[in-house]
Amino acid sequence: MSMITMREAISQALWEEMERDEKIFILGEEVGVWGGTYAVTKGFLDHFGAERVRDTPIAESAIVGAAIGAALAGMRPVAELMTINFAFVAMDHIVNQAAKMHYMFGGQMKLPLVIRAPGGGGRQLAATHSQTPDAIFAHFPGLKVVAPGTPEDAKGLLKASIRSDDPVLFIENATIYQQRGEVPEGDYVIPIGESKIQREGRHVTLVTYSKMVQYSLQAAEKLAQEGIEVEVIDLRSLRPLDMQPVIASFKRTNRAVIAEEGWLSFGVGAEVAARLYQEAFDYVDAPIRRVAQKEVPLPYNRRLEQLALPQVEDIIQAVREVLK
Amino acid sequence: MAKIIEMPKLGFDMAEGTLVSWVKAEGEKIEKGEVLAEIETDKATVQVESSASGILYKQLIQADTTLPIGSPIAVIAEEGESVDLEELLGDQSSQIDEGSKQSEIEKAEAETEVLTSEEESADVEDFIKASPLARSMAKENALDLTQLKGSGPGGRIVKRDVEQALQSGAGRETLITPSIIVPGRDEHIPLSRLRSAIGKRMQESNQSIPHFFITRSFRVDDLMRVRQQMNDERDAEEKLSLNDFIVKACGLALRQFPNLNASLRDDAIVQHGDINIGNAVSLENGLLTVVVRNADQKTLNEISKETGDMAQRARDGKLRNEDVEGSTFTISNLGMYAVEDFVAIINPPEAAILAVGSAQEGAIVEQGQVKAGWLMKVTLSADHRITDGAEGALFLQHLAQFIEQPWRLM
Repeated sequence: MSMITMREAISQALWEEMERDEKIFILGEEVGVWGGTYAVTKGFLDHFGAERVRDTPIAESAIVGAAIGAALAGMRPVAELMTINFAFVAMDHIVNQAAKMHYMFGGQMKLPLVIRAPGGGGRQLAATHSQTPDAIFAHFPGLKVVAPGTPEDAKGLLKASIRSDDPVLFIENATIYQQRGEVPEGDYVIPIGESKIQREGRHVTLVTYSKMVQYSLQAAEKLAQEGIEVEVIDLRSLRPLDMQPVIASFKRTNRAVIAEEGWLSFGVGAEVAARLYQEAFDYVDAPIRRVAQKEVPLPYNRRLEQLALPQVEDIIQAVREVLK
Repeated sequence: MAKIIEMPKLGFDMAEGTLVSWVKAEGEKIEKGEVLAEIETDKATVQVESSASGILYKQLIQADTTLPIGSPIAVIAEEGESVDLEELLGDQSSQIDEGSKQSEIEKAEAETEVLTSEEESADVEDFIKASPLARSMAKENALDLTQLKGSGPGGRIVKRDVEQALQSGAGRETLITPSIIVPGRDEHIPLSRLRSAIGKRMQESNQSIPHFFITRSFRVDDLMRVRQQMNDERDAEEKLSLNDFIVKACGLALRQFPNLNASLRDDAIVQHGDINIGNAVSLENGLLTVVVRNADQKTLNEISKETGDMAQRARDGKLRNEDVEGSTFTISNLGMYAVEDFVAIINPPEAAILAVGSAQEGAIVEQGQVKAGWLMKVTLSADHRITDGAEGALFLQHLAQFIEQPWRLM
């Protein structure tokens, strides 16, 4: 085990995979000479060369479109979008082309494509650059949506995404690139579509993913001091959504909170809660609560921005409410 | 020319009648004035005479069918006459078609009405605020949620409340469905055969047997503890009830008291050679006693299993004759309803019946000190023609040894 940052974990996964398979190449804005907006691909250009580390124009639809074409032609592209907010510009390519080609042409072609995109708020980038629109993409069948919350999962899941023959949107949260965690040595792959219990507890099931995993673990730690045992379950991927550990946990605790960074309405929490109500109705002992972003375009002002984003204290509060 | 016989109006306020039995069979000759069938009204069973002569061409309804007055019940025709029933009865035929759909429909309508009023009131007043989990747990454990107090937000009954109730034994669901009273409307419910039988027996018993009553309480701390310990290791369906212990205790105690395991026949007291303990089982529309034969010789497990099986058969209406016949002593236990104590009427021809109240925690004075303990009250009702107060009291004293020292039952 070694202690590395989220950024290093993602970078290692990319590096190791590119070493393993020559068909893998990366493309995106500033991924080459600059080394990536978040320095994930620093040193890649020198090592792998300009053929496999391609700087592109500022044109997201061109980035994704080119990646789709390359994937269809037998390559395994990893496209980087500077932020997930720019994915809207490439929306047609992502949800109308990439997500559907395998289905609409009778499975004749595979689309081994990864789109990496950092998202999330909290860095005073204002409303249009701070969104967490994960649920929007998880809405579309045909697209896998992966969003890890720890370095270990980031590395293992990115490898699985690159090796997947289906298009994967790999969502990174930009505020946790510096977060450290233990990562196993050597080559390992974590299958996409398996939720993970990050902390065991018997009083309440706290379902979360991505950045909110750390927040949830902090909340669980604080609540443990009062004797409240919180089970934290990390979804790790939104599609496919693995509800099995969540339902099993809920059947033991009978109470659940879902924490996500995106907006409340039509969000991940709504989906998880609906499935719990349906699959485990007879085990519900209190209304399931959701912790999410306030329903406003995220403010620029630092204090307002923090107020609008879900915080550890909000999760603690929700757990207390649900345990009443 | 064929004639229709209708359900007759036999009294001022008679609205419907039940055809109890046919006296004449189809194809049989009948004279005007001859008895055709027996009809039961809410007051009496009456013989219905034919208003025409000929042969009974068709019985339009089966026995035990209830119909409004004026509904066709039979067709009388001339010998050899061929009758087009559909033409004769017209649209009435649809009402009576094979047995009586009419009454079924009415019954269904009545039920729908009741359901509707139940639903409405459920929306407004009777809604029980409980979590789905609390509801499913209550259902699983036959717990009555209306008896529980919720500790969740807004008084919601949640898991912990149900768990607490299960521990304390509160809210154990009654087997009796509460009746739904419709304001301003009197309901006439014909006495079922079971209801009539209970009424006759109890009336006879209460009027002809000189009852006397003896009440005493038992300390049941050990009994509660022993039962708890035994049940801890058992699956839900194998758990022993307090009643199982009482059945066994009575069986053993009665060995020394033949006069209480007896019946009066003419001028003789018959002391029975077997100790068969009847257990009163409450049903939706009455009660029955199911009989544990040779209860003194059976293990608690056997008693528990037999009683459980018979009670289930009683509720399913699948009782066998031997389940209900031949009891020599009866126990009526209302312990599950938080009853202090009560008095039961002897189940004839037996000599005695034991009414058992709830095990309750109470204050006990011992050597000038007040302490908490578990108590259970019982009342013995006995036939003074067979036995006397002292014997009854001695029996209870003897019974106390088994109930207060439950290891004697093993």
